[in-house]
Amino acid sequence: MFKILDKEKLALSIFRFEIEAPKIARKAKAGQFVILRLDEQGERIPLTICDFDEKKSSISLVLQEVGKTTQQLASLSCGDCIADVVGPLGKPSEIKNFGTVVCVAGGVGAAVILPVARVLKGVGNKIITILGARSEELLILEEELSLISDEFFIMTDDGSKGRCGVCTDILKELIEGGCDISRVVAIGPVIMMKFVCKTTEPHKIKTVVSLNSIMVDGTGMCGSCRVTVGGETKFCCVDGPEFDGHLVDFDELINRQRMYLEEESLSLELHDVKRVECRCKKHKKREGN
Amino acid sequence: MLKGSSVDARSTKREKVIDRLEQNNKQVPSRIPVSEQTPKERVSNFNEVTLGYTAEQAVAEASRCLQCKLAPCIQGCPVGISIPSFIKLIKEGNFRGAINKIKEKNCLPTVCGRVCPQENQCEKLCTLGKKGEPVAIGRLERFVADYERESGKISLPKKKEPTDKKVAVVGSGPAGLTCAGDLAKLGHKVTIFEALHKPGGVLLYGIPEFRLPKAVVESEISYIKKLGVEIKTNMVVGKITTIDELFYEGYDAIFIGVGAGLPRFLKVPGENFNGIYSANEFLTRVNLMKAYLFPKYDTPIKKGENVVVVGGGNVAMDSARTALRLGAKKVYLLYRRAKEDMPARKEEVQHAKEEGIDFRILATPKRFIGIEGRVSAAECVETRLGELDNSGRRKPVIKEGSEFLLAVDVVIVAIGAKANPLLPKATPGLKLYKEGYIATDQNCVTSKEGIFAGGDIVTGSATVISAMGTGRKATLEIDRYLATLK
Ligand SMILES: Cc1cc2nc3c(=O)[nH]c(=O)nc-3n(C[C@H](O)[C@H](O)[C@H](O)COP(=O)(O)OP(=O)(O)OC[C@H]3O[C@@H](n4cnc5c(N)ncnc54)[C@H](O)[C@@H]3O)c2cc1C
Ligand SMILES: Cc1cc2nc3c(=O)[nH]c(=O)nc-3n(C[C@H](O)[C@H](O)[C@H](O)COP(=O)(O)OP(=O)(O)OC[C@H]3O[C@@H](n4cnc5c(N)ncnc54)[C@H](O)[C@@H]3O)c2cc1C
Ligand code: SF4
Ligand code: SF4
Ligand code: FES
Repeated sequence: MFKILDKEKLALSIFRFEIEAPKIARKAKAGQFVILRLDEQGERIPLTICDFDEKKSSISLVLQEVGKTTQQLASLSCGDCIADVVGPLGKPSEIKNFGTVVCVAGGVGAAVILPVARVLKGVGNKIITILGARSEELLILEEELSLISDEFFIMTDDGSKGRCGVCTDILKELIEGGCDISRVVAIGPVIMMKFVCKTTEPHKIKTVVSLNSIMVDGTGMCGSCRVTVGGETKFCCVDGPEFDGHLVDFDELINRQRMYLEEESLSLELHDVKRVECRCKKHKKREGN
Repeated sequence: MLKGSSVDARSTKREKVIDRLEQNNKQVPSRIPVSEQTPKERVSNFNEVTLGYTAEQAVAEASRCLQCKLAPCIQGCPVGISIPSFIKLIKEGNFRGAINKIKEKNCLPTVCGRVCPQENQCEKLCTLGKKGEPVAIGRLERFVADYERESGKISLPKKKEPTDKKVAVVGSGPAGLTCAGDLAKLGHKVTIFEALHKPGGVLLYGIPEFRLPKAVVESEISYIKKLGVEIKTNMVVGKITTIDELFYEGYDAIFIGVGAGLPRFLKVPGENFNGIYSANEFLTRVNLMKAYLFPKYDTPIKKGENVVVVGGGNVAMDSARTALRLGAKKVYLLYRRAKEDMPARKEEVQHAKEEGIDFRILATPKRFIGIEGRVSAAECVETRLGELDNSGRRKPVIKEGSEFLLAVDVVIVAIGAKANPLLPKATPGLKLYKEGYIATDQNCVTSKEGIFAGGDIVTGSATVISAMGTGRKATLEIDRYLATLK
């Protein structure tokens, strides 16, 4: 059992959890993830290790509520336990002094990019961060990211904060303005990563993306997470999650992520019904007293 | 195992007498049949197909055994169970004595009695088999093992005095469990490190409930725990810790039994369409994650109406029969070699046929066709048998122009597994061979001191009992090695 030590709401439907996991905390490196299972009936879902603290023996996860499991996790509180957490999985990020690195983060991808950006900064890179979200209330980790960035931009789709538009707008301006970019790291919704890669490809700027395919075991045993990279089948959980974005077949990934749409919405519907029932019961109890 | 040196003249004589009697038209009585769920009944549930002997049936079947002094049957058993002795005890009604006899050599009897390919092992060499049907050794083994399990009184063997030695076992499949249990009996302190959230390996995530109920696996595992073995789950060795670190942590020896878990794909166009699974993924979702109980359990699975399974082994049979139980109307099984080449157990092929699986022998998929990202058809092609290949079987050759289409919505690829490189990659100095399997000598000794290995990661995909056999061999070697340490 893995205990929740701390929980914080970062934005609308985005939470940060600190979980007691001494062994994982000792081993984790930027770019790696864990797979967790909430309880006996639970599904195994991957979440990136956003921070790790050896002294506190804990790891931090940031999650966005999208379906049954993430909603159920979001409803837990400090002191509650998670049945299984396994990790650190996947390859760590490639860390070197490349020169200037542009970090493009979309939505909850900000949490995934933060530890990578931090280590890249630590080894001497100049960090330019472009943080994007649909609107202001979905922006997370603004302060943390701006602190480690040499240049920092915010973009929202609706212009509620920073500039109005998409992340690639700024990236284009930087490239066209002659900024000498050694590498781009893009983490966020697949569609965003795809367009970042489209933007950098003509300029031959190496672009690393972190893929989030559907996983089960996370050890290379099932092939659920397979993605096509450079025409070859790769397993995201062991060969990734980071890949050379110019080689990734994004359309296939987008399609594979949609494999269980019907089942996911059924699962969520039933979960909502159960939650309402629970609340009613609590309510009744209180009324009865 | 019985050595040739123990030839007993009198017994050979007796066997000869039996031979002669049989030649004089004395028929060998046939086996006591075992009850099964009818095919119609069982395709709509996940309950066990074969129901097992009753006590009367078991005694009657045991009485067929000739108690051959030479006991050729023992030679067919990879762990060398004293088959005539335990059968004799069953005949005498001493079921407890029988199970204790088996457990001297086999610590997972409820499992082996169910899934051993007996027809190629113990029962293949049974004297009775030469003239008629061999003694149903597997079913008898299962009967006494179930008898003990159901009684709730599980006897523990005598353990040796505790030593001060610690052994780490990586992987909790049959190889790891056997090695761990046996080492614990010898008094060593054993810890199993398992990557998944539950122990059991293929017994848990691969072989389906209707062939090997998970309650049976769980009770075998609780037996191993009662022997004093500690099991740590969620531990991917190579990630959270490494083999070298385990030595630093104070383990004196390490056994690697991580199985051959990497799925092979066909590498044909369209294989990544939605609805196409590796058998590992399909079976793991259903067995380990209980997707057949979705939405009570959260893990989803695509239940196809028309399913194609590719392959001819136990894994393919299990996948096909699982798809049927999930509600498929039609399940095709494509195998590219001849029927006789199918590596699956005969009983499983038989069961699959009875359940209505449509066998398409000498055929293989050429590509998959999709609509809106989902597989909708498999374009297949017929094959014929060509020259012998290095597996000793005739190589399948594609018949040009024989393409045919099958409309499908789920495909399960069950064409075998490879060694998973995760652990070897994180273990510098560990010698590998072929496609990444761990190299050992006959006694499971690897190229690195203090490290032993067995099961599928050494032999390639094999059987439960052979994995256990190597686990046992490793135990002896590890015990010997530990004695050389101060
Ligand atoms: C390597 C990796 C790192 C990730 N890191 C984070 C993170 O740090 N924070 C975060 O909020 N999310 C992260 N995700 C995504 C997260 O795993 C999914 O949001 C989560 O699984 C959704 O589960 P659900 O039951 O709530 O939603 P569902 O309704 O089941 O699914 C919603 C969508 O999530 C995806 N998904 C569903 N099941 C899985 C699964 N088993 N594995 C992967 N994706 C799945 C599918 O595309 C699906 O359409 C990561 C994914 C991967 C592969
Ligand atoms: C579907 C199916 C049906 C089968 N049917 C039969 C049958 O009827 N009869 C028969 O005799 N055989 C059958 N087999 C074959 C048999 O199950 C295997 O040969 C046997 O299980 C191999 O045992 P093992 O201990 O070597 O490995 P496995 O059973 O594969 O166990 C290995 C364990 O190690 C764990 N592991 C892997 N990597 C790591 C790591 N890095 N760190 C920690 N743990 C790790 C895995 O999670 C797993 O639990 C079948 C196999 C399958 C897949
Ligand atoms: S373990 Fe397998 S081979 Fe040995 S006696 Fe039992 S069924 Fe036969
Ligand atoms: S099982 Fe068969 S071979 Fe073994 S002792 Fe009995 S009759 Fe002889
Ligand atoms: S999640 Fe199973 S192989 Fe990657």
